[in-house]
Amino acid sequence: MNKSVFQNFLNETGDISRFALRFFREIFKPRFELAEFLRQCYYIGYRSLPLVAITAFIMGLVITIQSRPTLVEFGAAAWLPKMVSVSLIREIAPVITALICAGKIGSGIGAELGSMKVTEQIDAMDVSGTNPYKFLVVTRVMATTLMVPILAILASTVSLYGGYLGANIHGIVSWKLFWNQVFDTITFGDLLPAIIKTFFFGYIIGIIGCYMGYNSNKGTEGVGRSANSAVVISSLLLFVIDLIAVQITDVLNLN
Amino acid sequence: METVDLNKNIENGTSVIEVRNVFKSFGDNNVLRDFSCDLNKGENLVVLGKSGSGKSVLIKCIIGLMKPEKGSIHVLGKNVPALNSTELDKMRVKVGFLFQSNALYDSMTVRENLEFPLRRHWIKTSKEDVNRLVIEALTNVGLADTVDMMPAELSGGMRKRIALARTLILKPEIILYDEPTTGLDPITAKEISNLMVELQQKYQTSSIIISHDINCVKIVANRVVMLIDGKCYATGTYEELERSSDKKIKQFFE
Repeated sequence: MNKSVFQNFLNETGDISRFALRFFREIFKPRFELAEFLRQCYYIGYRSLPLVAITAFIMGLVITIQSRPTLVEFGAAAWLPKMVSVSLIREIAPVITALICAGKIGSGIGAELGSMKVTEQIDAMDVSGTNPYKFLVVTRVMATTLMVPILAILASTVSLYGGYLGANIHGIVSWKLFWNQVFDTITFGDLLPAIIKTFFFGYIIGIIGCYMGYNSNKGTEGVGRSANSAVVISSLLLFVIDLIAVQITDVLNLN
Repeated sequence: METVDLNKNIENGTSVIEVRNVFKSFGDNNVLRDFSCDLNKGENLVVLGKSGSGKSVLIKCIIGLMKPEKGSIHVLGKNVPALNSTELDKMRVKVGFLFQSNALYDSMTVRENLEFPLRRHWIKTSKEDVNRLVIEALTNVGLADTVDMMPAELSGGMRKRIALARTLILKPEIILYDEPTTGLDPITAKEISNLMVELQQKYQTSSIIISHDINCVKIVANRVVMLIDGKCYATGTYEELERSSDKKIKQFFE
């Protein structure tokens, strides 16, 4: 059987869609794996916190330092907090958080489920009367869907602290003035779309990681490939969602 | 070791598993072609065949992990390929499956591994009962002191024993063994084979054992089915097949 690349692509897309939709069928069926869900929240949320926080802080700092010269040229250095806060909260913090999570969590889930698959642990669960999709996939996807937005909100906050430091390197902006400017600028129209899209980011990271792991084969090599494609495909899809999100906010006049 | 009469518990004519005319293929590779066999109550049936001859596929079809293209598989009176997931779960409580790779959950301790099937089946048991069952299962395989260890800390033979304990904890009526001695040294392989017989006598189970390890087959088998070219090529006791002059059968016993 010699299938064309295009046909393979369509097959894979179909499989991923079916796998992703099954999540919504299974999530409402008992039994609810609360303990496993909380354990995953701990690993996915709490354990990623330092990495996300450090990256967000540096991003805030760098963006502020780099934006300054352009604004100074226009004589608009006083606008620095305004401009930086909008770009950090609307785009940079959510996307950077999601990318880090895709790298850290997505690859972890892909490798973990992949090695469970090749060592027959997923089959063993099935045989012992547990629905492995519910126990492994639903809990992880729920955890990523809830934890990525929380991480993104924290990242936004931390990145503004970085911004404050950046604004004070070449000039002096008082603590109060900085935050006054930030909160004057940011509206619900900025916050809401930024937060809503992170739920989709989290879902994609979880579902792609699980799909790749769950369908891994061919031994150790397959596990590596699952972890790899989990990161590559979810990162790509994150940007596609970001693109769709910006079109929607554009239509709704929230930009 | 004292010799036990392997055949004393067999009830001929009461079959717990009936496999009829099963076909299964992967792409162009026809693994099972019109395969049929029966497992009588209390019997240890060994399915003997080369690697890649479809032995594992057969028991995965029996437990419902794979679906055959054609044919019926009745386990305790239920046709497995036609069961929905709830019915399949109910059937699986009565059927244990020992994986070739043991398939111990490596993120859990031995205790959690053993508790997993108990928790799953909504069997309402108190903490003491669960603990008692875990210790009983581990004592059966002679490893009661490993209860708080991780699977990665155990040797290959110990892992096989723990996997066996996990399979037996629900007291299944039927056990399916997927190459139970593969990857073990001859001495450990013999110990595992003897343990299988001992536990079979204790809990009166019926088993299908997939193997190509002749020493193991010799110890555990009441009856042997030869799976060659996707069909049930021959069936008989170990001694009968060993004496066979058929070329294809002979190569296994040389």
